[in-house]
Amino acid sequence: MEALIVFLPLIGALIAGFGGRAIGGHKGDVFAQWVSSGLLVVAAILSWITFIQVGGLFNGGNAMEGYKIELLRWVVVGDFAFDWSLRIDTLTAVMLVVVTTVSSLVHIYSIGYMHHDPSIPRFQAYLSLFTFMMLMLVTADNLVQMFFGWEGVGLASYLLIGFWYKKPSANAAAIKAFVVNRVGDFGFALGIFGTFVMTGALAFDQIFAEIPMIIDGTSSFTGVELFGMTLDAQASITAICLLLFMGAMGKSAQLGLHTWLPDAMEGPTPVSALIHAATMVTAGVFMVCRLSPMFEFSETALMVVTFVGACTAFFAATVGLTQNDIKRVIAYSTCSQLGYMFFAAGVSAYPAAMFHLFTHAFFKALLFLGAGAVIHAVSDEQDMRKMGGLAKPIWKTCVLMWIGSLALGGIGIPGTYIGFAGFFSKDIILESAYGAHTGIGMFAFWLGVAAAIMTAFYSWRLLWMTFHTPPRADERVMAHVHESPNVMLVPLYILAFGAIFAGAAFYPFFTGHNWQAFWGDSILILEQHAALENAHHVPLWVKWIPLVVGIIGILGAIHVYRRGLEKGRAIGQFWGPFYQFSFNKWYFDELYDFLFVRPSFAIGRLFWKRGDGTVIDGLGPDGVAKSTNLAAGRVSLLQSGYLYHYAFAMLIGVVVLISFYLLAG
Amino acid sequence: MSQTTMPLLSLTTFLPLVGALFLMVSRGQSEAETARNARYVALFTSLFVFLLSLLILANFDGSSAEFQLVEYQPWLESVGISYKMGVDGISVWFVLLSTLLTPICILASWNAIQTRVREYMIAFLVLETMMVGMFCALDMLLFYIFFEGVLLPMFLIIGVWGGARRIYAAFKFFLYTLLGSILMLVALIAMYYFAGGTTDIPTLMATNFPEDMQKLIWLAFFASFAVKVPMWPVHTWLPDAHVEAPTAGSVILAGVLLKMGGYGFLRFSIPMMPLASADFAWIVFALSCVAVVYTSLVALVQEDMKKLIAYSSIAHMGFVTAAIFSVNETAIAGSIIQMLSHGLVSGALFLCVGVVYDRLHTREIARYGGLASNMPRYALVFMLFTMASVGLPGTSGFVGEFLILYGAFEHNTWVAAFLATGMILGAAYMLYLYRRVIFGELTKGDVKAMMDMSPREIAIFAPLIILTIWMGVYPSTFIDPIEASVINLVQNYDAAIAAARDSASALAGNQ
Repeated sequence: MEALIVFLPLIGALIAGFGGRAIGGHKGDVFAQWVSSGLLVVAAILSWITFIQVGGLFNGGNAMEGYKIELLRWVVVGDFAFDWSLRIDTLTAVMLVVVTTVSSLVHIYSIGYMHHDPSIPRFQAYLSLFTFMMLMLVTADNLVQMFFGWEGVGLASYLLIGFWYKKPSANAAAIKAFVVNRVGDFGFALGIFGTFVMTGALAFDQIFAEIPMIIDGTSSFTGVELFGMTLDAQASITAICLLLFMGAMGKSAQLGLHTWLPDAMEGPTPVSALIHAATMVTAGVFMVCRLSPMFEFSETALMVVTFVGACTAFFAATVGLTQNDIKRVIAYSTCSQLGYMFFAAGVSAYPAAMFHLFTHAFFKALLFLGAGAVIHAVSDEQDMRKMGGLAKPIWKTCVLMWIGSLALGGIGIPGTYIGFAGFFSKDIILESAYGAHTGIGMFAFWLGVAAAIMTAFYSWRLLWMTFHTPPRADERVMAHVHESPNVMLVPLYILAFGAIFAGAAFYPFFTGHNWQAFWGDSILILEQHAALENAHHVPLWVKWIPLVVGIIGILGAIHVYRRGLEKGRAIGQFWGPFYQFSFNKWYFDELYDFLFVRPSFAIGRLFWKRGDGTVIDGLGPDGVAKSTNLAAGRVSLLQSGYLYHYAFAMLIGVVVLISFYLLAG
Repeated sequence: MSQTTMPLLSLTTFLPLVGALFLMVSRGQSEAETARNARYVALFTSLFVFLLSLLILANFDGSSAEFQLVEYQPWLESVGISYKMGVDGISVWFVLLSTLLTPICILASWNAIQTRVREYMIAFLVLETMMVGMFCALDMLLFYIFFEGVLLPMFLIIGVWGGARRIYAAFKFFLYTLLGSILMLVALIAMYYFAGGTTDIPTLMATNFPEDMQKLIWLAFFASFAVKVPMWPVHTWLPDAHVEAPTAGSVILAGVLLKMGGYGFLRFSIPMMPLASADFAWIVFALSCVAVVYTSLVALVQEDMKKLIAYSSIAHMGFVTAAIFSVNETAIAGSIIQMLSHGLVSGALFLCVGVVYDRLHTREIARYGGLASNMPRYALVFMLFTMASVGLPGTSGFVGEFLILYGAFEHNTWVAAFLATGMILGAAYMLYLYRRVIFGELTKGDVKAMMDMSPREIAIFAPLIILTIWMGVYPSTFIDPIEASVINLVQNYDAAIAAARDSASALAGNQ
């Protein structure tokens, strides 16, 4: 069954891609849509069954022990060996549910959204291919298969960002996404090698068994050579965790390697919802959780994870405040929420990180697909400055966006089971950061609180600019505004259901008092890292502060945007430099362009023209040609000559050789 | 496994020559008929040779590190020179790579070559004989003849059927190669004398040359092999040769000829001069690292499709050379897999260039754009090989690259880190190329009129596609037969190094 879950999407991709084209026309489109969506719905149902069984949902949340299904040998060179196999435990099961649920809904939604597109089979095939790669990633039982899925989702992401390949901006964004991710994967690959050198294994079980022995000195480990330094056990684990984390930073768009994610919004909106919000970008969080038995043994690595996560949460929120493209606002919001997940993982509250990953998938997919419905309604306009007044004509979408925003804003009543999904997961994250009782934990806590105000602000700014301010679109557009068809709305209803109830329903399992039984052996938390335990016993003000700042943010946004955009603009002008800094995304793109992109091309040209041209050829063949007077003027003479010269030289060689032998003999 | 009594290796080697001789003496009624006959004769000959080479594989015992299917025929007996052929795990796949690519090249030249078709086909069949012979030769002299002989038909292919600056390209190639060949010849003679008058390769492999002599011989061989690989800074002939060569010439050049250098290192430098290899490894590492970064950056700014892929080949071969001199099991196995993969993938990429070149007769990247609209099949094939070239897991490119990086990491993390930058830069230049050719708006009239791939073209790519994915998903098929030989190579190398260290310390102890 597990193999079916993973491979149905691949089969769907192949059938939809090739079959849809072969049939052609409208029939081919419909065929591709129904085959790919149908297979994914089956995969989603099977995933929920697996989740219920493995997570022990009807068994008081007592998880089954993880198990492994071997498929095929992959590479075996001496000890350096890894298989194709599936590892199923609670962590995987949670991801299976997230991936297949959101993916199947996005497949169905796309039937409506991509209605007019000329390349529907290709689109559906890419979506299914992505899903397959993502499932390979989350079911990996060794680092290399994880890397396979990792790069595979990168490929799918590249293909889907650049799906509208006629747009230069889409092509540029696609390349940027792939290359920036490769920077992260550079670290990931070196981390894999380091892990193998250190533990002699690539399969998770073996690695995790080896690490504690390395730490307490009972293994044969003697140290890792890294860049000329011999590292002891502790330093080795730290270095390797940081290298692996570099991969996670790339995939999950953390500060420094985040620049590709906002640009990735060039892709069709269903893609943004599935890949760049709900699933792929959370792969980094999943990786850190999966590798908790490694990260747990390095305080330094955990600290870096917390720091990067907290900074990203804050940074992305500040940028989200000033963006005008509806999708970019949500993209920065995603970046920021991923930061929350990382700092949760960094304070060893992996279950909290996974819980937020889970609820976030529902409400962020809802927000993105809702934004898609808005864009659909206003004739493909994405600039919120040209929207407004949409609350009445598309009230269903408006309600859905409100639900998504309430979930994102983390609205709920502390101490009860009343609240939107994001309320439960975000609160437990902030409480865990506080409960870590460390300096870095408090740092993350306060940045998280600051980000929470901004999250509420930009979410309600978005709602008001889109729905509740007076209309700014021209009459022609306004006349065309229409509610999306049911094939788009029904997936949204399902996601909205999740955005409302997923938190309350799953809180007891994921992060409630019984969390250890639910996660079983899929996550390791050392005793001294009791942030999640402590989170259940924080002071009352810590429990209430996220809600309070959330409401402050909401009221602030409503106050500013109640009547229109003027007040917002005035505030922007008043805060001039700060506004510019936020609006220009802290100038990361300009900085990287100046530091890396331009120099690469300039150096490339220098090496080519000067290095290869002037120096090597000048001193080498061309120089020889000149000095031996074989230059241009006598080319005609040479035309007949080269081959014979060579043949002659070789012949002489053989003759010399043979005569040597003969003489010697 | 059963040993056949047929001299399989010789048959595979010389059958193409028979086909070539047949073409030489036969002549059709008209020009067109001659050309058509030549195409079919060449195609069927090379296909039959490929089937024969499959028999080599079937009769090859992968669990043994010994030379197999050995054929021995006294030749110049009085001076210890013999006709000796055989394959081991190091060479067996290269034989198959050569026999696979030849029919593909002939098929790819079907319509592209319209002048002197008969002569062209003769050149290709002779080329095949030389390539296969070189990988099978177990006698130094024999090897030298094939090794140098490969270049003659290649020169002709570039010089006669090449582009506008073919003479310049051939001249450059000639200058570089000449120096290496002469030095190698001298080294060969020296080895012959030292080993007591034999050119038998297995005997030479078992001979312990003194360290100082090893160094000199190593440098001489290095001069020859480094040019073939090519390594930085003796690489500048390659972009020119590729640009001027016809498509099929580029395929063989990238697919097989570049592997001669890597094969030479594995067959001669490492086993015969282990001490020198260890002493000079740093040179190879330095040049390889420079090659990866330097040529990748140069590839980024190319405006000619073939030049770009040529530069990318140099970067990929930089991985190979660094791996070979890391001398551990993973790295060496990785280097062989990477060479096979590069043979398929870069060959396929040159074929991809050929597909559009045949239609528009230009290699200038800026002349294309938007091909995804009117050539979707081509876009898909090109995407697959682009991804294989950047080493996406699941393709052949990944397995070789990953094994190499790990092998290098084990040996020296700095080298691994430098090589790994190729992962990033490789993605940048290949995707940038793909974008400019395939994506974008389809605006240019003549580009709009281009037709998607024909069934013949699909048939050319099909085997390469299958093998690229096969090697990526289940590489054991390819790794298993080479493993014994690789282990043997590494063990002998380690033993030689250890022995030298022991004697050195013994010497120090005595003093």
